[in-house]
Amino acid sequence: MVKKIAEKGYVFLVLALMYLPILMVIIFSFSGSAHFTFNNGFTFDSYKELFTDAPKKLWDSLLNTVIIAIISSVVATIMGSIAAVGIYNMKPRSRHVVENINQLPIVNSEIVMAVSLMLFFTTFAFPNGYTRLILGHITFCTPYVVLSVMPRLMQMDSNIYEAALDLGASPIKALFKVVIPYILPGVLSGFAMAFTISLDDFIITQLNKGASTGIDTLSTYLYSSLRKASGLRAFWLPAFSIIIVIVVAAVLLINLRSYKKEGRKKEKINEKNR
Amino acid sequence: MKAKEFFLKGVGKIKNFRLTRKVFAYPYVLFMLIFVLAPLVILLVNAFLDTDQNFTFDNFKSFFTDSVNVRVLSLSLAVGLITTVLCLVIGYPVAYILSKWSSGSIIVLLIILPMWVNFLIRTYALKAIFALLDTTLGVGTVIIGMVYNFIPYMIMPLHTTLTNIDPSYAEAAKDLGANGVQTFLKSTLPLSLPGIISGITMVFIPTISAFAISGMLSNNTVLMFGDSINLRFANQLYGIGSVMSLIMLVFVLILNFFMNKANKGEAQKNLW
Repeated sequence: MVKKIAEKGYVFLVLALMYLPILMVIIFSFSGSAHFTFNNGFTFDSYKELFTDAPKKLWDSLLNTVIIAIISSVVATIMGSIAAVGIYNMKPRSRHVVENINQLPIVNSEIVMAVSLMLFFTTFAFPNGYTRLILGHITFCTPYVVLSVMPRLMQMDSNIYEAALDLGASPIKALFKVVIPYILPGVLSGFAMAFTISLDDFIITQLNKGASTGIDTLSTYLYSSLRKASGLRAFWLPAFSIIIVIVVAAVLLINLRSYKKEGRKKEKINEKNR
Repeated sequence: MKAKEFFLKGVGKIKNFRLTRKVFAYPYVLFMLIFVLAPLVILLVNAFLDTDQNFTFDNFKSFFTDSVNVRVLSLSLAVGLITTVLCLVIGYPVAYILSKWSSGSIIVLLIILPMWVNFLIRTYALKAIFALLDTTLGVGTVIIGMVYNFIPYMIMPLHTTLTNIDPSYAEAAKDLGANGVQTFLKSTLPLSLPGIISGITMVFIPTISAFAISGMLSNNTVLMFGDSINLRFANQLYGIGSVMSLIMLVFVLILNFFMNKANKGEAQKNLW
């Protein structure tokens, strides 16, 4: 009994510590400044500043973040899913090589990838700005898509596809009616992963955005604001509070739904077994 | 005539088209060769070039003879080591306890969730907490910041491995007379080794190559290896920056070798 309470206490202590900084951001978004003091009392001033007085740069960088994430995750999802089908059909040896290359961007240190891409882009004079950023993001997003589609393909009985062909479906029809519906969950989770990783990226964007282009994403704009001697302006805390609430709600909603679905499935199986 | 034959051949090919073709992987393989491997080759080439693009070993020489560089590298390794040990010591019990709970995977999700919030704003808030606690910023606060940032990477693989261990191993150990501690040490812990090694890799590498975190949490007195790589490139010192990146890459490859070795036999190639 004591052991159980101690275990629970320990887990929730770690959880509480993980959430403390995030709670600080939300709480002090009502302080009217970004300095983590309640000198002005409880106020909505920071929120007012966010929506009326925030620099245009903030909205530009938000838009850049989203555009880059959408384009690169869509391309990564298409290329990664198609590639997964190909890799699945490779001979073990070449498959092993390709899988290792696929793993490289995931395990590699981000800074090494960022500088190697930067050298590559400058050596071959790639156009500055969006081109470099989107190509870079596709490079580190696609491996995650491949990794999340592969398990679905492995689970799939290849006879299903053959059966569809034997029953007269054209390969294209079999692809759309059999294979794609089957691997869809993997494709979608790969897309979600690619999208969030791209949204969250800092290092690769920071080193490849090019100083002269003036392009910033949310994280690189935050970084340059943090380095200013005057410190952060008040609107940053409410901006991130809103993002935090949206992110937490979205992730919990999606996962609780699938969790419930699984629970229902388990219940059904239990009933059958009874 | 020839055109017609060619056309018919083409149609025939489309008719014989099967999804069981590896050609689907070729565009991606090509893409990876261009955007992953070629940049690394260019990094390697740059490590041997001086500012006039001539071949030289000077970059290596000047890196290893400059005591500042060696100091930054050893400090990073020390911070990385301490951070990894702390993550393991704090994270293993969490993963172990959660592997026994039915709601474990939801709690793991809650632990991962903060990673979806920009690390710069979280580090900024952490710095504010240190200020409230009147803590002097330095190596200690950097390590706490690193543990805070990277501990989810330790708990995730540990939790996956621990939940996948067949409970009958532990039961068998108990039936054969082992007590709780012995069961854990002789059965559960060795079986969770692949998770431990994945966790170590996924914490150690990002810590030593971290960028911006250590500067923020130490008022720029502590620099990680990642920060100093960035500094070299910012100052156009491509040669020595490339040498440092290669050193980082060697660490990555060594740790990965061990990780793959530990995961061998397990079908699980997935990192998560």
